[in-house]
Amino acid sequence: MSVSPNSNKANVDTANMPNGPGAAAILAAGIGSATLGILAVAADASPAINSMLNLYNPAGALSGVTTVTIVAWLVAWLVLFRLWREKAVALARVNLAAFAMLAIGFLLTFPPFMDLLQGK
Amino acid sequence: MEITSRDLLTVMHGMGFGALFMLAFSGALVELYRVSTPGPPPNMSSREHALFRLYLGVMVVLAWLTVFSGAYLIYPWYRATPPAGLADLSGFPRALLLSSPRTSEWHNLGMEWKEHVSWLAPIAMTMVAYVALTYGRGIIQHRQLRIAVLTFAVAAFAATGVAGAFGALLNKIAPVRGGTPITLMESER
Repeated sequence: MSVSPNSNKANVDTANMPNGPGAAAILAAGIGSATLGILAVAADASPAINSMLNLYNPAGALSGVTTVTIVAWLVAWLVLFRLWREKAVALARVNLAAFAMLAIGFLLTFPPFMDLLQGK
Repeated sequence: MEITSRDLLTVMHGMGFGALFMLAFSGALVELYRVSTPGPPPNMSSREHALFRLYLGVMVVLAWLTVFSGAYLIYPWYRATPPAGLADLSGFPRALLLSSPRTSEWHNLGMEWKEHVSWLAPIAMTMVAYVALTYGRGIIQHRQLRIAVLTFAVAAFAATGVAGAFGALLNKIAPVRGGTPITLMESER
């Protein structure tokens, strides 16, 4: 395998990029994950919220849970990208927040944990 | 040899999209690790870099196709409500599972977990692909970016594993049935 001049140039360019765009994508993914978990529990716990999230009846509340999650994730990504696209941010903190929200997403979509939270 | 339209779409969801996405993780995780590990300059030609971009791009498309086909094509058949008094629930997987305490946890734990956790995979994988492709080999300058990319990639793999395993088991125990028959082959005898 060989190293092409183009790939070397690309390496130099990307090495000098600020971490802001990456941080925006990472934090937004965390926000999307946490939103998914929170909405899953809310739809399970509250008949009113369940009904509100029923955007497509054959799929039930899952349609609203996932649609709202995608919208929240993409809006968060867009906003954070605009704020951070040319900045260097404290990525360790961003990662910590994103990993915590990812863990929330996993935990809150796990039915025994959902039941525990609701005292079932 | 016949299958139904629902069988075909279920196979496309599980095997065509989901299993292919899951299989692609082995290559993606190895390559992400290789690209993001500090060390000597990469031996990646522009052609190989283009192939890696395509690989991650296809993974993202597969991830989204899997969850959308699952939620909007297969899941409605799974959760359909049977007519009152129907004795044979084989065409209504959710109702069939919930009809017995021996099988109800397959729905309460298996499907309830699968239907939600699976959506973490495309979100995580889209971020992984975006960061990996935006920064390329330059990611070695950003240790925290590398950590995040690999963590979310592993999380996406775990979420896909849970969804895939329960999907296969649920389809074994209470398969989605019905739909238009499609004849694949016919015996001459």
